[in-house]
Amino acid sequence: MTAAVTAPRRRRRWGSPWAWLIFLLGVSYFVIPLIATIEFSLRAAYKDPVTGEFIRPSLAAYELVLKDPKFVGGLLTSFRIALITIAVSLLLLVPTAYWVRLKVPRARPVVELITLMPFVIPPVVLVFGLIRIYAPPPLAFLNSTFGTEAVLVGAYVVLSFPYMYRAVDTGLSTIDLRTLTEAAQSLGAGWPRVLWSVIFPNLRGALLSGAFLTLAIVMGEYTIASFMGTKTFGPYLSLLGQNKAYEPAAGSIISFAITWAAMFAIVIIGRANRGRTQPAGAP
Amino acid sequence: MTAGSATSEAPGIRPAPRRVPLAWLGLLPFLLFSAGFLLLPIAFLVIGSFQTSTGEPTLENYSGLGDPYIVAAFWNSVTVSLISAVGGGIGGFLLAAAVVRGGLPRPLRTGLLTFSGVASNFAGVPLALAFVFTIGNNGLITLILKDVFGVSLKATGFTIYSQLGIALVYLYFQLPLMLLIVAPAIEGLRREWREAAENMGATGRQYWRHIAFPILLPTLLGTTILLFGNAFGAQATAFQLTGGTIPLVPVVIGAQIRGDVLRNQGLGYAMAMGMVLVMGVMILVYVWLRRRSERWLRS
Repeated sequence: MTAAVTAPRRRRRWGSPWAWLIFLLGVSYFVIPLIATIEFSLRAAYKDPVTGEFIRPSLAAYELVLKDPKFVGGLLTSFRIALITIAVSLLLLVPTAYWVRLKVPRARPVVELITLMPFVIPPVVLVFGLIRIYAPPPLAFLNSTFGTEAVLVGAYVVLSFPYMYRAVDTGLSTIDLRTLTEAAQSLGAGWPRVLWSVIFPNLRGALLSGAFLTLAIVMGEYTIASFMGTKTFGPYLSLLGQNKAYEPAAGSIISFAITWAAMFAIVIIGRANRGRTQPAGAP
Repeated sequence: MTAGSATSEAPGIRPAPRRVPLAWLGLLPFLLFSAGFLLLPIAFLVIGSFQTSTGEPTLENYSGLGDPYIVAAFWNSVTVSLISAVGGGIGGFLLAAAVVRGGLPRPLRTGLLTFSGVASNFAGVPLALAFVFTIGNNGLITLILKDVFGVSLKATGFTIYSQLGIALVYLYFQLPLMLLIVAPAIEGLRREWREAAENMGATGRQYWRHIAFPILLPTLLGTTILLFGNAFGAQATAFQLTGGTIPLVPVVIGAQIRGDVLRNQGLGYAMAMGMVLVMGVMILVYVWLRRRSERWLRS
């Protein structure tokens, strides 16, 4: 009896040994590949220009990668495409989610079904269909660089649907749409003005988390970009991985760092946002 | 199509029938965009899968799925997805139980959950490369095993470029996804249930075996199915890892996009449809199981 009473108390303070074992196993599985990648990226030798000696470990692989115009170019292209994707996704989904909530609630199942479809359609299938439609005439957009980037952005916006729509819709559920809209309209605002000056600012937190998630997905995307033949980061890193030894390790670490930065931004925004909206109280 | 059906029902329900079709017009940009970049491409594949190369209607493409090479691809995909889903499901559940109920210091738990949010989106080229650097031919662990313990990983028969190897890599995004979905479910287990069980003399093990586990079961099964679909659709990781030496469905479809490797366009479409079908069934079962589990966990 006494054992039964004291056991939970002791467990609360130190944690059960089983929990520690599982936790440590899990953490090592997650951490070891990261350490191995860092270690691998430092294996490249740096040749001292004066003595001609080879020094290991060194940051030579990072130097090579960051001096490689194709690597930096791919990174910048991916970043640019990610920003355009986020802008298009927001401009498309915020008014749509707003309109569904305010005016056509009966359309919700249709819109939700479409925004969830990317979970069922793998990227490789989506790009298969896109290439079959947009490569041959009459809609041969994929013949030009601009057209290819446009179709790529379109595909990425579709990939962002599930995350972005949910983020926007959750954000909309925390504010009193009808009152805000009517207040703005009674002051003479038209629809574009209501969306731009009232709805967007109120959704800032929700939109930012959706945006950063999209950024993380687009920056590393490989499948769609590689089949469309665009020179973004994912395909170039893959090419490096097939031809070079240490540079791809450095490239992976840089890519992890970008993803991490984006995701931590989401967490921090999420926290700041929670603190701000809670006192106001949900309806 | 949807707009039309709304107009026909609307007058009976809405006081201002004329405004309804106008309101649906507000969805036009979204619907057009979805049509251009999602619905039409998929419709093209659906229609193509029922046509011969000259455009005659046929079911031949689907019977072509019985080709041994394609059956092998589906079989490989199912094996890899199943191993990584079951492994990720069990491992993720244990991890979630450990951090939520194991009494670990709070910062560790917050840290792991934050990390999981990031890692559940790690897929593709960098992930595959990271594992090559870890247990590939010159990977850190491979070298440590060889130099320090005198064990050759190759001699054990394990390689990262195998089905088991791919599944091991997939665990990197499967475990966190499971953890993220199951941790809140374990948190949702009411304290009163545990107290009630303890009052009647149940041990901790009995409580988990007869109360907590059955309540969590639909969530666990549902999420495992979600993991299966997650692995089934992954192309970049597998392709980077194996370069196509192990035919998986997404890799074969990828090869078909680059050139007519199946010597039959329609067969490629049918394969894509087979993949969508598998994913669709998985998601439906997931949604169904999720509804069942919400019955208990709604607070």
